[in-house]
Amino acid sequence: MALLNITSPHTHGANRTGRIMRLVVYATFPGIAALTHFFGIGVLINVFLASITCLAFEAAVMKLRQRPIMFYLRDCSALVTGILIGVSLPAYCPWWLVISASFIAIVLAKQLYGGMGFNPFNPAMVAYALLLVSFPLQMSAWPTPLPLLSDGQTTPSLVAALEKIFFGTHIDGYSSATVLDIMKQNAGLTLDDLYKKEAVFNGRWAGAGWEWVNIAFLIGGIYLLYKKVFTWHAPISMLAALAIMATLFYDSGSSNSSGSPIFHLLSGATMLGAFFIVTDPVTSAVSNKGRVIYGALIGVLIYVIRSWGTSYPDGVAFAVLLLNFAAPFIDYYTTPRTYGHKKPRRATDSTPRDGH
Amino acid sequence: MTLSELAIILLSTVLVNNFVLAQFLGLCPFMGVSNKLESAIGMGGATMFVMTLASICSYLVDTWILAPLGLQYLRTIAFILVIAAVVQFVKMFMEKTSPLLYRMLGIFLPLITVNCAVLGVALLNTQKAHNFFESTLYGFGGSLGFAMVLILFSAMRERLAVADVPAPFKGASIGMITAGLIALAFLGFGGLVSAQ
Repeated sequence: MALLNITSPHTHGANRTGRIMRLVVYATFPGIAALTHFFGIGVLINVFLASITCLAFEAAVMKLRQRPIMFYLRDCSALVTGILIGVSLPAYCPWWLVISASFIAIVLAKQLYGGMGFNPFNPAMVAYALLLVSFPLQMSAWPTPLPLLSDGQTTPSLVAALEKIFFGTHIDGYSSATVLDIMKQNAGLTLDDLYKKEAVFNGRWAGAGWEWVNIAFLIGGIYLLYKKVFTWHAPISMLAALAIMATLFYDSGSSNSSGSPIFHLLSGATMLGAFFIVTDPVTSAVSNKGRVIYGALIGVLIYVIRSWGTSYPDGVAFAVLLLNFAAPFIDYYTTPRTYGHKKPRRATDSTPRDGH
Repeated sequence: MTLSELAIILLSTVLVNNFVLAQFLGLCPFMGVSNKLESAIGMGGATMFVMTLASICSYLVDTWILAPLGLQYLRTIAFILVIAAVVQFVKMFMEKTSPLLYRMLGIFLPLITVNCAVLGVALLNTQKAHNFFESTLYGFGGSLGFAMVLILFSAMRERLAVADVPAPFKGASIGMITAGLIALAFLGFGGLVSAQ
């Protein structure tokens, strides 16, 4: 009997792209549950529609490129993109908005670059930013969160939601400004007065509904950290940088203030961004040192765009895209030293250095 | 002219009204020299030098020669001449000091002459009626923004070169799509400073 010629590696890890992505999908459940609790069934419809269309576009491109379809669908990366689109678009937004978002994310931002592992920009954030720039009205119409609805009113029923999404039927008391919108447009009121005047701030820390959504995404993120899906470097440095910026520029609530640190950490897409977008292994920096720089710069930019930019209330998508752009450069200068070499070797070096 | 005004001009030209991504000037070197990081750094440095110097020289030529003689209608051609002279100077300087970089940049160094961002900065300075310091800073900021996006873009394109891009989109076309997405990201700086 001939000896079997088995080459290394001899041990196999359980980590496949599909397993990691499925863990990410599970980790979004608390956030989706919180969003659904506060904004109703529209969130689930968004997530469902976006996931289905993302998978469909992925399959269509694979068919066009004559690749095995099921092999690529099974890694679940398109599903994750779909879920992220679903939670970042406003609930009850028109159906064509969701489908265009899926098309932009999967076809334009991912498959044109060669698919999973090659896309330089986070697909969901490209879709969000492109649609925010193109359809600002539809993209900023967030529904009123549950605690602010008048007595006896509930979140829309399934039928009402479907009518709103597919036929544009009007729902009474449907949309209201988010806390970040109000904070941006505030001129002349101190924070204390603003909190008293606007019901939307009626939360414990950072406005009704949204603070719990952020805490739910934080819980999902901690689960992923515990499962070692990603390291702490990028998300923690992003949150730390955002908190430090907000603390440095917090003037204890004058009319020019842009909110306390806790307000920034628990409003908008902060936690979703920190644990589900910034940690994207494809579009972020690679080394640990690189990830700290990458995350921290995103945190700083989020604060800059939220506080001093006048165009957009939340800056997570743009900050992430800007740092996606800078990530290869960051990698270039933070390559770790390889064992046996004195200096780190650049990936693009054609000639070996220091004696090898 | 306060410090904050200076900071606003710098911020505006580097980020908000970036020459490449918001005003679409200087796209040829942006696409042409961004294949390798080293040459992009060289090109970025050379363009920064030329653009700052050219905006100073063209300001001086405009205020001290063209305006007193009433020859403003010759502005464009005079600026082109000034820029060509500055580029020739940089070329000679680089040939002596860094022959390696000189060889690497090759044809692109003389091509700075026809980089529309350089002529653009000189013309925009007169259009916006900038004074001497503003002109210098505008030229410096514009070129800093140009060099920054060129260098970051080249690091990204080195990665794109090994990506499994579908055949019809390989090379310049995926580069153009990427540049479009970068311009989208830079829209996030919108309204950061009032229009300059």
